[in-house]
Amino acid sequence: MSDKPNIYNETERESNKNLAFFTALWLITTALLAFGPTLIWDEKAWLNILAVVLNLISGALMIKANIKHLQKLDELAQKIFLNSAAITLGVLMVVGVCYELLFFTDLINSFEPRISHLYFVMGFTFIISTYLGHKKYQ
Amino acid sequence: MKNRIKVLRAERDWTQADLANELQVSRQTINAIEKGKFDPSLPLAFKLSILFKTSIEAIFQYES
Repeated sequence: MSDKPNIYNETERESNKNLAFFTALWLITTALLAFGPTLIWDEKAWLNILAVVLNLISGALMIKANIKHLQKLDELAQKIFLNSAAITLGVLMVVGVCYELLFFTDLINSFEPRISHLYFVMGFTFIISTYLGHKKYQ
Repeated sequence: MKNRIKVLRAERDWTQADLANELQVSRQTINAIEKGKFDPSLPLAFKLSILFKTSIEAIFQYES
Protein backbone atom coordinates (compact mmCIF):
# COMPACT_ATOMS: atom_id res chain seq x y z
CA MET A 1 0.00 0.00 0.00
CA SER A 2 1.40 3.40 -0.99
CA ASP A 3 1.98 6.16 1.55
CA LYS A 4 0.27 8.80 -0.54
CA PRO A 5 -1.58 11.40 1.54
CA ASN A 6 -5.38 11.36 1.65
CA ILE A 7 -6.07 14.23 -0.72
CA TYR A 8 -9.79 13.91 0.11
CA ASN A 9 -9.21 15.05 3.72
CA GLU A 10 -7.13 18.03 2.54
CA THR A 11 -9.72 18.92 -0.13
CA GLU A 12 -12.51 18.77 2.46
CA ARG A 13 -10.55 21.03 4.82
CA GLU A 14 -9.91 23.56 2.03
CA SER A 15 -13.57 23.42 1.00
CA ASN A 16 -14.68 24.04 4.61
CA LYS A 17 -12.37 27.05 4.82
CA ASN A 18 -13.69 28.40 1.53
CA LEU A 19 -17.30 27.99 2.65
CA ALA A 20 -16.57 29.60 6.03
CA PHE A 21 -14.95 32.58 4.28
CA PHE A 22 -17.93 33.25 1.99
CA THR A 23 -20.41 32.70 4.83
CA ALA A 24 -18.49 35.24 6.96
CA LEU A 25 -18.44 37.66 4.01
CA TRP A 26 -22.22 37.34 3.63
CA LEU A 27 -22.71 37.85 7.39
CA ILE A 28 -20.57 41.01 7.30
CA THR A 29 -22.49 42.47 4.34
CA THR A 30 -25.79 41.52 6.06
CA ALA A 31 -24.68 43.34 9.23
CA LEU A 32 -23.66 46.31 7.06
CA LEU A 33 -27.08 46.37 5.41
CA ALA A 34 -28.88 46.01 8.76
CA PHE A 35 -26.95 48.59 10.77
CA GLY A 36 -25.15 50.74 8.17
CA PRO A 37 -28.11 52.97 7.15
CA THR A 38 -28.74 54.18 10.73
CA LEU A 39 -25.33 53.85 12.38
CA ILE A 40 -22.80 54.63 9.62
CA TRP A 41 -24.08 56.56 6.59
CA ASP A 42 -27.25 58.20 7.87
CA GLU A 43 -29.77 56.73 5.38
CA LYS A 44 -28.03 57.94 2.17
CA ALA A 45 -30.03 56.22 -0.61
CA TRP A 46 -27.10 55.35 -2.90
CA LEU A 47 -25.22 53.75 0.01
CA ASN A 48 -28.33 51.77 0.92
CA ILE A 49 -28.55 50.48 -2.66
CA LEU A 50 -24.82 49.68 -2.64
CA ALA A 51 -25.24 47.72 0.62
CA VAL A 52 -28.13 45.73 -0.90
CA VAL A 53 -26.10 44.95 -4.05
CA LEU A 54 -23.07 43.88 -1.96
CA ASN A 55 -25.31 41.68 0.19
CA LEU A 56 -26.87 39.99 -2.85
CA ILE A 57 -23.49 39.44 -4.54
CA SER A 58 -21.92 37.97 -1.38
CA GLY A 59 -25.05 35.82 -0.92
CA ALA A 60 -24.70 34.46 -4.46
CA LEU A 61 -21.00 33.74 -3.82
CA MET A 62 -21.91 31.90 -0.61
CA ILE A 63 -24.47 29.76 -2.45
CA LYS A 64 -21.87 28.96 -5.15
CA ALA A 65 -19.32 28.04 -2.45
CA ASN A 66 -21.92 25.79 -0.81
CA ILE A 67 -22.61 23.97 -4.10
CA LYS A 68 -18.85 23.52 -4.70
CA HIS A 69 -18.47 22.26 -1.13
CA LEU A 70 -21.19 19.66 -1.65
CA GLN A 71 -19.57 18.48 -4.91
CA LYS A 72 -16.20 18.00 -3.17
CA LEU A 73 -17.59 15.79 -0.40
CA ASP A 74 -17.32 12.01 -0.77
CA GLU A 75 -20.52 10.02 -1.37
CA LEU A 76 -21.31 9.26 2.29
CA ALA A 77 -20.74 12.88 3.35
CA GLN A 78 -22.93 14.02 0.42
CA LYS A 79 -25.70 11.68 1.58
CA ILE A 80 -25.50 13.02 5.16
CA PHE A 81 -25.44 16.63 3.89
CA LEU A 82 -28.43 16.13 1.58
CA ASN A 83 -30.44 14.31 4.27
CA SER A 84 -29.76 17.16 6.69
CA ALA A 85 -30.72 19.73 4.03
CA ALA A 86 -34.00 17.87 3.37
CA ILE A 87 -34.84 17.66 7.09
CA THR A 88 -33.98 21.34 7.55
CA LEU A 89 -36.16 22.37 4.60
CA GLY A 90 -39.11 20.39 5.94
CA VAL A 91 -38.73 21.62 9.53
CA LEU A 92 -38.37 25.21 8.32
CA MET A 93 -41.53 25.00 6.24
CA VAL A 94 -43.63 23.39 8.99
CA VAL A 95 -42.30 25.56 11.83
CA GLY A 96 -42.37 28.73 9.68
CA VAL A 97 -46.04 28.39 8.76
CA CYS A 98 -47.02 27.32 12.28
CA TYR A 99 -45.05 30.19 13.84
CA GLU A 100 -46.83 32.77 11.67
CA LEU A 101 -50.24 31.22 12.37
CA LEU A 102 -49.59 31.29 16.12
CA PHE A 103 -49.30 35.06 15.81
CA PHE A 104 -52.40 35.49 13.65
CA THR A 105 -54.45 33.31 15.99
CA ASP A 106 -53.20 35.34 18.97
CA LEU A 107 -51.54 32.35 20.60
CA ILE A 108 -48.42 34.49 20.79
CA ASN A 109 -48.96 38.18 21.26
CA SER A 110 -46.05 39.39 23.36
CA PHE A 111 -43.79 39.72 20.31
CA GLU A 112 -44.06 39.71 16.55
CA PRO A 113 -42.68 36.69 14.63
CA ARG A 114 -39.57 37.58 12.65
CA ILE A 115 -37.85 35.73 9.83
CA SER A 116 -34.58 35.97 11.78
CA HIS A 117 -36.07 33.67 14.45
CA LEU A 118 -36.39 30.99 11.78
CA TYR A 119 -32.67 31.26 10.95
CA PHE A 120 -31.95 29.94 14.44
CA VAL A 121 -34.35 27.03 13.86
CA MET A 122 -32.69 26.40 10.49
CA GLY A 123 -29.13 26.42 11.85
CA PHE A 124 -30.04 24.32 14.88
CA THR A 125 -31.90 21.73 12.78
CA PHE A 126 -29.07 21.44 10.25
CA ILE A 127 -26.40 21.03 12.94
CA ILE A 128 -28.41 18.43 14.89
CA SER A 129 -29.41 16.44 11.79
CA THR A 130 -25.80 16.47 10.48
CA TYR A 131 -24.53 15.29 13.87
CA LEU A 132 -27.12 12.48 13.97
CA GLY A 133 -26.29 11.58 10.36
CA HIS A 134 -22.62 11.15 11.22
CA LYS A 135 -23.52 9.14 14.33
CA LYS A 136 -25.74 6.85 12.24
CA TYR A 137 -22.88 5.88 9.90
CA GLN A 138 -20.16 5.52 12.58
CA MET B 1 -25.81 -5.59 1.13
CA LYS B 2 -23.10 -7.78 2.67
CA ASN B 3 -19.48 -7.39 1.67
CA ARG B 4 -16.04 -8.95 2.19
CA ILE B 5 -14.06 -5.71 2.32
CA LYS B 6 -12.87 -6.25 5.90
CA VAL B 7 -11.58 -9.74 5.03
CA LEU B 8 -9.94 -8.61 1.78
CA ARG B 9 -8.36 -5.68 3.60
CA ALA B 10 -7.08 -7.90 6.42
CA GLU B 11 -5.57 -10.34 3.91
CA ARG B 12 -3.49 -7.46 2.56
CA ASP B 13 -2.75 -6.04 6.02
CA TRP B 14 -4.30 -2.70 5.08
CA THR B 15 -5.97 -0.38 7.59
CA GLN B 16 -9.23 1.44 6.90
CA ALA B 17 -7.18 4.63 6.57
CA ASP B 18 -4.96 2.95 3.91
CA LEU B 19 -8.01 1.94 1.91
CA ALA B 20 -9.57 5.38 2.32
CA ASN B 21 -6.33 6.94 1.02
CA GLU B 22 -6.32 4.70 -2.03
CA LEU B 23 -9.96 5.43 -2.85
CA GLN B 24 -9.78 9.12 -1.85
CA VAL B 25 -12.74 8.95 0.50
CA SER B 26 -12.98 9.42 4.26
CA ARG B 27 -12.20 6.62 6.72
CA GLN B 28 -15.78 6.97 7.97
CA THR B 29 -17.03 5.98 4.50
CA ILE B 30 -14.91 2.82 4.48
CA ASN B 31 -16.09 1.94 7.99
CA ALA B 32 -19.75 2.48 7.06
CA ILE B 33 -19.39 0.31 3.92
CA GLU B 34 -17.63 -2.48 5.84
CA LYS B 35 -20.37 -2.53 8.47
CA GLY B 36 -23.05 -2.66 5.76
CA LYS B 37 -24.53 0.65 6.89
CA PHE B 38 -23.83 2.34 3.56
CA ASP B 39 -23.89 0.91 0.06
CA PRO B 40 -21.25 2.46 -2.21
CA SER B 41 -21.99 3.85 -5.66
CA LEU B 42 -21.15 1.74 -8.72
CA PRO B 43 -17.99 3.78 -9.52
CA LEU B 44 -16.70 3.25 -5.95
CA ALA B 45 -17.57 -0.47 -6.13
CA PHE B 46 -15.54 -0.70 -9.38
CA LYS B 47 -12.62 1.10 -7.73
CA LEU B 48 -12.72 -1.45 -4.90
CA SER B 49 -12.87 -4.27 -7.40
CA ILE B 50 -9.84 -2.93 -9.29
CA LEU B 51 -7.91 -2.32 -6.07
CA PHE B 52 -8.57 -5.81 -4.71
CA LYS B 53 -8.08 -7.33 -8.20
CA THR B 54 -11.34 -9.27 -7.97
CA SER B 55 -14.87 -9.02 -9.32
CA ILE B 56 -17.57 -6.86 -7.75
CA GLU B 57 -19.62 -10.01 -7.10
CA ALA B 58 -16.72 -11.44 -5.09
CA ILE B 59 -16.79 -8.37 -2.85
CA PHE B 60 -20.51 -7.62 -2.53
CA GLN B 61 -23.39 -10.03 -1.98
CA TYR B 62 -26.91 -8.74 -2.45
CA GLU B 63 -29.35 -9.62 0.32
CA SER B 64 -33.01 -9.45 -0.63
